[in-house]
Amino acid sequence: MDKLIHKVKEALHFDTKKDERLICKHCEADLSKKSLMKHHMICTECGSYFRIAPRDRIKLICDDGTFKEMFSAIESKNFLDFPKYDQKLAQAKEQTNEKEAVLCGRAKIGNVPACIFVMDSRFIMASMGSAVGEKITRLFEYATKQKLPVVGFCCSGGARMQESILSLMQMAKVSGAVQRHGQEGNLYLPVLTDPTTGGVTASFAMQGDIILAEPKALVGFAGKRVIQQTANAAFPDHFQTAEFLLEHGFLDAIVERENMKETITLLCAQHRKAGRTA
Amino acid sequence: MSKSIYQQFKNARAGARPTASAYIAELFDKRIDLHGDRRFADDAAIIGGIGYLGGIPTTYIGIEKGTDLQSRMDHNFGCPKPEGYRKALRLMKQAEKFHRPVVCFVDTMGAFCGVDAEERGQGEAIAENLVEMMGLRTPVISVIIGEGGSGGALGLAVADRVYMLENAVYSVIAPEGCANILWKDAQRVEEACEALHITAKDMKAFQVAETIIPEDFVHFDMMCENLKRTLVEDICHLSSMRKYDLLENRYHRYRAFGVYREE
Ligand SMILES: [Zn+2]
Repeated sequence: MDKLIHKVKEALHFDTKKDERLICKHCEADLSKKSLMKHHMICTECGSYFRIAPRDRIKLICDDGTFKEMFSAIESKNFLDFPKYDQKLAQAKEQTNEKEAVLCGRAKIGNVPACIFVMDSRFIMASMGSAVGEKITRLFEYATKQKLPVVGFCCSGGARMQESILSLMQMAKVSGAVQRHGQEGNLYLPVLTDPTTGGVTASFAMQGDIILAEPKALVGFAGKRVIQQTANAAFPDHFQTAEFLLEHGFLDAIVERENMKETITLLCAQHRKAGRTA
Repeated sequence: MSKSIYQQFKNARAGARPTASAYIAELFDKRIDLHGDRRFADDAAIIGGIGYLGGIPTTYIGIEKGTDLQSRMDHNFGCPKPEGYRKALRLMKQAEKFHRPVVCFVDTMGAFCGVDAEERGQGEAIAENLVEMMGLRTPVISVIIGEGGSGGALGLAVADRVYMLENAVYSVIAPEGCANILWKDAQRVEEACEALHITAKDMKAFQVAETIIPEDFVHFDMMCENLKRTLVEDICHLSSMRKYDLLENRYHRYRAFGVYREE
């Protein structure tokens, strides 16, 4: 029954919503969101990738109607009275209609059950504070109990400075949950999307059993400006792109959006565990 | 108030403080320094080896900033590269194999930011340390002796106990960087220091550190004697625990971090 109501709501919502227009940053083409979604949010004019909001990503990757959101009540708190943080949070919530910079849940991908998280670059640059760390940690703990793989669409500006040292500690906290999930023989499959940097690169984005990335995604630890300040070296071609990381041995594969669902499905199926209940 | 925090930050970064090598020399007897990550190079920003800590064979690892201009340059100003984190991890895994405790001395502005560090996977190197340290089946104690600079410090600070020297600082971001982002003005470091809560007292309040170590650089030998006593006590306690409990406690030490709303 709940499912039915949800479906009706979704349908109504979809019908009443005007078709959004989006401008391609690269060729300035004016495109309809509906038609873009049919093309995996790839510009039909120039082929460049639009950034994808978490709920759109879910639609492109998970089997229809199988996604069940989890830990959605968790959100950030300005516990240090950090300057401008309340406004930042309010603005991010308003712009995204989301409570936090990561969406977590379980779903079926190509009929294989999996846990999935998707980070939201629109939400304070998908920076990781306590709430993001807690949601991802709980997802790994749940996946460990349920013997499920975790698929994680990563993007981030790094640790969220507004929560000071506790943001840094989230890197260790999530790493602990990743460690336990892996120790039990479960698959963790991060997919690095544009842009993945800082503390997320230095923790769970790089801790996968198999690490995928989208073409041309920016992936790195330090920002280019900081590197320029430290050393006046010229940047090599494709510096800090997915292609650069692949060349240097830090990625398993770059996967085009058209093939992403199929690739994730195959990998999850290859690692499917015997004796799993759900 | 802000002045004193800023002062503390400047002091923590100041060249006059003892560096990791001074603590190691004072605390460990019959040392042997070990080198290299067996993959690429020997990063001089990270020193390590084996010595006796009050009679207990112990692996020590430290981020070394150097003491004069030449040695600072030699040690890359205490900014480790990926090979440094991998060297540290190699020594930790070795300690685990031979059932030795590990003591890390942390003092860095941050992991090195450079083209070569990116090419060799700075992010991956730190990430690997975090996961491996979470599962390391031997006691680990990290001592922040000066500056705990973000992920570059955390790469050696996933531990069963964290100590902070009384004037050491620990921060998610360099205060200058924070000021730059917040107010587009790197000069407002004082305010950034205050907003970030970076002092040893703050860390104790956040439970990021268990113990604050009093400083007395004039009587450095006596200060280290006290530090050694604390280390030996904690190591004896941690070593007596079952490995399962040790790892369970470490997991929950980090699992507890975070303040958020859930309604
Ligand atoms: Zn285009």
